[in-house]
Amino acid sequence: MRLALFLPVALFVVLSVVLLLGLDSDPTELPSALVDEPFPAFRLEALDPEQGFIDEQQLIGEVALVNVWATWCYACRIEHAMLNQLAESGVKIIGLNYKDNRADAFEWLTLRGDPYVFSVFDLRGSLGIDLGVYGAPETFLIDAQGMIRYRRVGVVDERVWSNEFAGLYAKLKAEAQ
Amino acid sequence: MHPLRKQRLQIVVMIIAASAVATGLIIYMLGQNANYFYTPSQVLSGEAPEGTFIRAGGMVVEGSVRRDPNSLAVNFEVTDGSAILGIRYTGILPDLFAENEAAIAAGKLDQNRVLQASEVLAKHDEKYTPPEVAESMNAAYKAKQKQKRKADKL
Amino acid sequence: MTAELGHIALIIALCMAVFQTLVPMVGSFKGYQSWMRLGQTMAFGQFVFIALSFACLSMAFLNDDFSVAYVANNSNTLLPDRFKMSAVWGAHEGSLLLWALILAGWTAAVALFSRRMPLVFSARVLSVLGFIAVGFALFLLLTSNPFERILPVIPLEGGDLNPLLQDFGLIVHPPMLYMGYVGFSVPFAFAIAALIGGQFDSAWARWARPWINAAWMFLTVGICLGSWWAYYELGWGGWWFWDPVENASFMPWLIGTALMHSIAASEKRGVFRSWTLLLAIFTFSLSLLGTFLVRSGILTSVHAFASDPERGVFILAFLFVVVGGSLLLFALRGPQMRSSSDYQGWSRETMLMVNNVLLVSATAMILVGTLYPLLADVLDLGKISVGPPYFSFFFVPITTVLMLFLGFAGFTRWQWTDARLLLRKGVVPGLISLVLGLLLPALAVEQLSWSSYSLSAVLTLILVFWVITMSAEDLLLKVDGKMSNLKGLTGSYWGMLIAHAGLAICVLGVGLSASYDLQRDVRMVPGDHVDLGEYSFQFVGVKPADGPNFSAYRGQVLVTVGDQLITTLWPEKRNYKAAGQTMTEAAIDGKLTRDLYVSLGEPLGGNAWAIRVQVKPFVRCIWLGALMAGLGGLIAGNDKRYRRRKSRLTTASNVGGIRV
Repeated sequence: MRLALFLPVALFVVLSVVLLLGLDSDPTELPSALVDEPFPAFRLEALDPEQGFIDEQQLIGEVALVNVWATWCYACRIEHAMLNQLAESGVKIIGLNYKDNRADAFEWLTLRGDPYVFSVFDLRGSLGIDLGVYGAPETFLIDAQGMIRYRRVGVVDERVWSNEFAGLYAKLKAEAQ
Repeated sequence: MHPLRKQRLQIVVMIIAASAVATGLIIYMLGQNANYFYTPSQVLSGEAPEGTFIRAGGMVVEGSVRRDPNSLAVNFEVTDGSAILGIRYTGILPDLFAENEAAIAAGKLDQNRVLQASEVLAKHDEKYTPPEVAESMNAAYKAKQKQKRKADKL
Repeated sequence: MTAELGHIALIIALCMAVFQTLVPMVGSFKGYQSWMRLGQTMAFGQFVFIALSFACLSMAFLNDDFSVAYVANNSNTLLPDRFKMSAVWGAHEGSLLLWALILAGWTAAVALFSRRMPLVFSARVLSVLGFIAVGFALFLLLTSNPFERILPVIPLEGGDLNPLLQDFGLIVHPPMLYMGYVGFSVPFAFAIAALIGGQFDSAWARWARPWINAAWMFLTVGICLGSWWAYYELGWGGWWFWDPVENASFMPWLIGTALMHSIAASEKRGVFRSWTLLLAIFTFSLSLLGTFLVRSGILTSVHAFASDPERGVFILAFLFVVVGGSLLLFALRGPQMRSSSDYQGWSRETMLMVNNVLLVSATAMILVGTLYPLLADVLDLGKISVGPPYFSFFFVPITTVLMLFLGFAGFTRWQWTDARLLLRKGVVPGLISLVLGLLLPALAVEQLSWSSYSLSAVLTLILVFWVITMSAEDLLLKVDGKMSNLKGLTGSYWGMLIAHAGLAICVLGVGLSASYDLQRDVRMVPGDHVDLGEYSFQFVGVKPADGPNFSAYRGQVLVTVGDQLITTLWPEKRNYKAAGQTMTEAAIDGKLTRDLYVSLGEPLGGNAWAIRVQVKPFVRCIWLGALMAGLGGLIAGNDKRYRRRKSRLTTASNVGGIRV
C-alpha cells in the first residue's frame, strides 16, 4: 500500500516532462526563419511619392534598421522617440509603412519627427507577408550586404537597443568598413 | 478466501475495470473530437482528409472575399504563401476578419477541396496572430525561399 | 520615484518572505519559540510591503507615468480612472503583482488567526506560505518586473488597454479569481505542515475547513463573473467555451469542491485522511498549473498572455519544486491508507466518496482534454484542438449521477444508513420530479410555438426538481412543524442546502438554455423582420453613434410579441481607434426566464447588415445559481462550530481571542 502513495508523484513527473517538452515547442515562439536570409525582393512606392519606387537594392551598402510602423499601431508611438534618437546618433533607419493611410502617415511624421531615411509604402502588406511580419512594430537589422541579421518583434526601447541591438550593430558596422 | 480479502479483491477489480472503460472512452472521444490543423498546402497536396472536421487557415487572399448579395453566404480564399484554399461559410464573420489578415476556418472539405466552414476565427487583436497561422506562413516562407535558391542555382 | 519605491518595496518583501520561510521552519524543529513567532511578524511585514509596492504601481497608472514601461504599454491619458486602476492588473506583470498581494493578504490572515493553533503547526504553515511568496516575488523581480523604466526616452502617450478589458467585469473578475486560486495555498500549506508534523487529526481538519470554504467561495464567484463577462462583453452570447484557460480555473474548482466534501468526513469520522491531504495538494497544484498554462503561452487561448519562454521555464521549475516536492513528501510521510471497515453501504462516508470519485473523474477528463493538444504537439501528431463535444460528452453523465446522489445528501447518516429509509424518502420527491420533468417540456411545446419535446430539458428538469424537492423534504422533516427548530439548524447545514440548491439552479440554467436556445444569423435591411419563437425582431436601421474613444454604429431593433412591443434593443459595433480594434456590443434584454440577445455583425453593403438574434431561456439562472452556491460555501464556512470549539481550546493561552 505504501507504494501506492508514490503514484501521484510519479504521474506528476510524467506530466512535467510533457510540459517541459511542450515549452520547447512553444507554438507562439518566433521563428528565426528570416535571420541570415537576404532581405526579400520587392518593388514598392516610397511613402513620399517624389522619391519614386524603391527596391531591395536600395537597402544594400550600409548597415541599417528596417522598422515596420503604422499610424494605427499604438505601440509605435512608444518607440518613436527612441527611433528619433537613434537616427540623430547616426543610425540609418528605413521605414516600412505597413497597411497604412498615406495622409495619416505624413501627419504622423510631421508631428513626431521623421527618423527614416525613407519609408517604403506597403499599402497592401505584400512586403509584410514576404517578411513574415506579425504586426507592428517590428524591427530588422540588416548588414551591408542586405542580409537580415536580427529581428525584433515589438517595441525597441533603450533597454532592447542596448541588450539586443547595440553589440551586433557595432560589430556589423566594423565589418562593413 | 477470507471474506474481507474477497471484498477487497472485488473492489480492486471494479476499480481497474472502471478505469479501463474510462480510459477507453476518453481515448475514443479524443479521437472523435480532435480537430487537426492543416495549412492550405497540406490540404491541396491531399494530406487532409475529405469529410472530416478539420481546421485550416492562413492569410485571407486580397480580393477573394465575395458575399452573396441575398444571404450571409460568403466565399473567400486563404493562403500560406504557396497554395490557395477556397472556403465557403454562411454566417457572420468575426470582427477582425479582413483581407490580408490571418484567419482560421473549421469545417469539412468537400469533393472539390473547398472547405465548407461552420466557424471562422480571426486574430483577436492587432498584436496577435493565431500561432498555427503564423507557423504555417513561416513554413510556406521557408519552402518558397528554398525553391528560389534552387532556381537561382539552375 | 514611485516606481523605484515600488521596486524596493518588492525586494524588501522578498527578503521578508525568505526569512518567513527559513526561520520558523528551523525554529519548529529546534523548538525555538521566538524563531517560530518570527513567522507572524514577517507575514505582516511582507503584506505591508507588497501592498506598498502595489500602491506604487497604481499611483504610476493614475499619474500617467509613461516612463514605466508597463504603464506605457497598458494605459493612456484618455483612459478613465477606474480603468486605469483595473489596467494595473490588465496584463502579465501587474496581474502577477496582484497575485502576490493576495497571497500576502491570505498569509497575513493566517498569521492573524494562527493564535488558535499550536505554535509549531502555525509556524510551519507560515513557512510554506512564505516559500510560495518567495517563488512569486522572484518570478516578478527576475522575469516580469512591472516597475521597469523606459529611459531615457519617455513616451508622451501610452498604448491602450485592450478595449475588451475596459469593462466593469474585468475590474472584479481577476481579483476574485485570484482570491480563490491563491486562497487554496492556505489548505495546501496546512497539508504540508501536517505531513511534516505527522498530525492529521480532526482538529487539523477543523482548522483547515473555514479556509477551504472561503477560497472556494471566491473561486466560485470569480469563475461565475468570468463567464458572465464573456457572455455580455464578447458579444456573441456564449458563456463557456471549454477554452484551456477556463478549464484551468475549473479544475481547481472541481478538486476544491471534492476537498470541501472529503474533509468533512475527515473531520467528523477520521476517514479519507490521506485522500484529503492529497486533494489539498492537488487543488493548489492545479491553480499553479493554471498559472503556468496561461503565462507560458504554451496553449493557444483567448486569454493567453504574451508568451515568454523564460517565464514559462521559471514557472515550470517552480511548479516542479512545489508540486513535485509536496507529492514526494506525501509519498514518504502520508498516512497509511486503511481499509475502510468502520463504515458501510449507504453511509454518508460512501456518499462523500461517490462525490469525490465523480468530481475527480471530471477533473481528470478535463485535464486530459486540455493537455492533449500539447501532448500531440510534443509527439508530433499534428496541430490539434479538442472540441467542446468531448467535454460535454463526459460532463453531462457525470453531472447527472452527481445530482442523483446529491439528492440524498441531507438524509444520509455517518457510518450506516438504512437503504430502505433512503428509498422511502426518495419516493415522493422522485415522483414529483418525474411528473414535472416529463410534463413541463410537453407544456412548453404547447405554449411556446417553437419548441419540440426536448429530452435534454426533461433530464434537466427531473434532476433539478429531484435535488430541490429532496432538500425541501429534508428541511421540512428537520423543522418538523416547529419554527423553533429552525434556529437549531447549523450554519453548515444551511450552507449545504443553499449551495446544493444553487447548483440545481445553475444546472437548470445550463440545461434549459441549451435545450431551448434559439439563434439565427440573418441579413437584414431596415424594415426587415425575423421571427424567433413567439418573438418578432424588427430591424429599424443603423446610425452612427460615436463615443469618447471610439466610433460606432448603433442599430435599432424592435422586439414584439403579437402586437405588443416588448423592448427596443440597441446593439453597437464599435471601433476603438487607438488600438484599431473592433468590438461587438450586444444588446441584451434580460429577465429571469429569458434573455433576448441581439448583436450587430458586419455591414453588407447598401443598408444591409448581418445580425445575430438569440432567445436564451433561463440563461441567467446559470450565474444566479453559481452565486448562490458561493454564498452557501461562505455560510458553511462561518459555522459557529469552528469558532466555538477553537475559542474553547485556546482561551487559556489567549486573551480576547480573534474569531475566524
